[in-house]
Amino acid sequence: METGFVLPDLDSEDSAEFWAGCRRGELLVQACEGCGRWRFPPRPMCPHCQSVALHWVPTSGRASVWSFVVAHPPLLPAYAELAPYNVIVVTLDQDPTIRMVGNLVTSAAGPINEVDPETIRVGEPVRVVFATVEDVALPRWVRTDPG
Amino acid sequence: MTSPLRDQVAIVGIGQTSYGKGLADSELSLACQAIVAALADCGIPAGDVDGLASFTMELNREVDVARNVGLGDITFFSQVGYGGGAGCGAVLQAAMAIAAGQCRVAVAWRARKRAAKSSRPWAQVPRRLDDHWQWSRPFGLLRPVDEVAMLTRRYMHEYGATRDHLANVALAFRKHANRNPVATMHDKPLSREQYLDARWISEPLCLFDNCLETDGALAVVLVGADRAVDLPRRPVYVHSGAQGLPRQHQTMINYFNHDPLEGPSWAAARQLWRGAEFGPADVKVAQIYDAFSPLVPLSLEGYGFCERGEGGPFTDGGALEWPDGRLPTNTSGGGMSEAYVHGFNLVLEGVRQMRGTSTSQVEGADTCLVTSGEGVPTSALLLRN
Repeated sequence: METGFVLPDLDSEDSAEFWAGCRRGELLVQACEGCGRWRFPPRPMCPHCQSVALHWVPTSGRASVWSFVVAHPPLLPAYAELAPYNVIVVTLDQDPTIRMVGNLVTSAAGPINEVDPETIRVGEPVRVVFATVEDVALPRWVRTDPG
Repeated sequence: MTSPLRDQVAIVGIGQTSYGKGLADSELSLACQAIVAALADCGIPAGDVDGLASFTMELNREVDVARNVGLGDITFFSQVGYGGGAGCGAVLQAAMAIAAGQCRVAVAWRARKRAAKSSRPWAQVPRRLDDHWQWSRPFGLLRPVDEVAMLTRRYMHEYGATRDHLANVALAFRKHANRNPVATMHDKPLSREQYLDARWISEPLCLFDNCLETDGALAVVLVGADRAVDLPRRPVYVHSGAQGLPRQHQTMINYFNHDPLEGPSWAAARQLWRGAEFGPADVKVAQIYDAFSPLVPLSLEGYGFCERGEGGPFTDGGALEWPDGRLPTNTSGGGMSEAYVHGFNLVLEGVRQMRGTSTSQVEGADTCLVTSGEGVPTSALLLRN
């Protein structure tokens, strides 16, 4: 069903594996075969050692809030209906140099406007959940220590 | 070694259309009118123009501009990428082309009809993304203001910057606009209370942290310093210039490197000051790209007017305000209160300050910094008279 959300192209060259992982419930990042370092967003070459050999590794899905915003209109219609809603950037526990954009929710299926924005704190711990939107599984985040 | 660019090329003509929303003329017509006005300002015939520079986002092609204005054979033409980061870069590339002998009379310009709702790029997002926007937009981080708000929250968290600091920026530029008859906000004063009570757009940013939406066009004419002294206006020399695309930078959603708050300004600044014979303390007036208010404290840090994290407190005590602030900034009102034409109006205000013709003229100003977008691969100029 068309939701009006902006969504990733699941077939794009560098990122298809990431989105396929999300559909399996795994939060993947690229790991360089040359130097072992992780990188995100996905790309074909390691900027540290220039290797193009890579594999995908599942992360623990544990992270903390690095920053957040609360979006208000004007917005695209599907998003305006949910406004005000939060958008967060998290930093992964296993590699704090890796950050991802997402939303803070109360459950995988919960809407992005359910958490009271006044309660969101930079640094609070979260873990990944996967929300189904059309044919996409979007990584979102719930508090590991609710309340 | 002295930079081969230093003071070798001057801006000798400036021209612009009126500002508005929903102007009747086409973007092409506006571009041509601004260029003709700039040529008239310096008395150079259109047929002498042999160099052109603008933005990759400029919709008017060089061929169309040249055919309408009646320009000569064009031997240098260039476009600079990354939206609001391009303005000073276009002027810089035109100056470099003259200094390198690739053209003799160059025009740099920007024309934009931004005010139509349909022209807002973020509102035209395709529903399926295969580029880097797939890492932010599906989560509702849709607009430039959201992307900058994310960095702003972190900036506030790390350094204690406050909404009062951002209000200092908005209020200073509005005061300057109130003195500038062509500024969009000329007749609209802004109080701190109005700022603090304004509706949110993307928390922590409110309405008055955002730039205007403006139709209009502006152009500058550049020639070599030897020719500049024979022209009617006081020459304004390109003392130094730089572009900056820092390592591991991702445009706008710059969350994926080791230090997202050290933006492109830092990279541009290192090259800018390397090419200059003076430093930040010698700059008397600045035009700093202000699509969003927090870009100003970040840029103040990046260009070396204060230390890292001190950009917020720097704005206290009217520091950005004409006439007595320690660095009067955006003296025409800037993108937030004069007009938002992708920052190109900042270049023209820098020229007016060096000519002594600003509506908020800084007394004795002999150097001016002009910057383009922070948060995107950027560019900057040091002007002197």
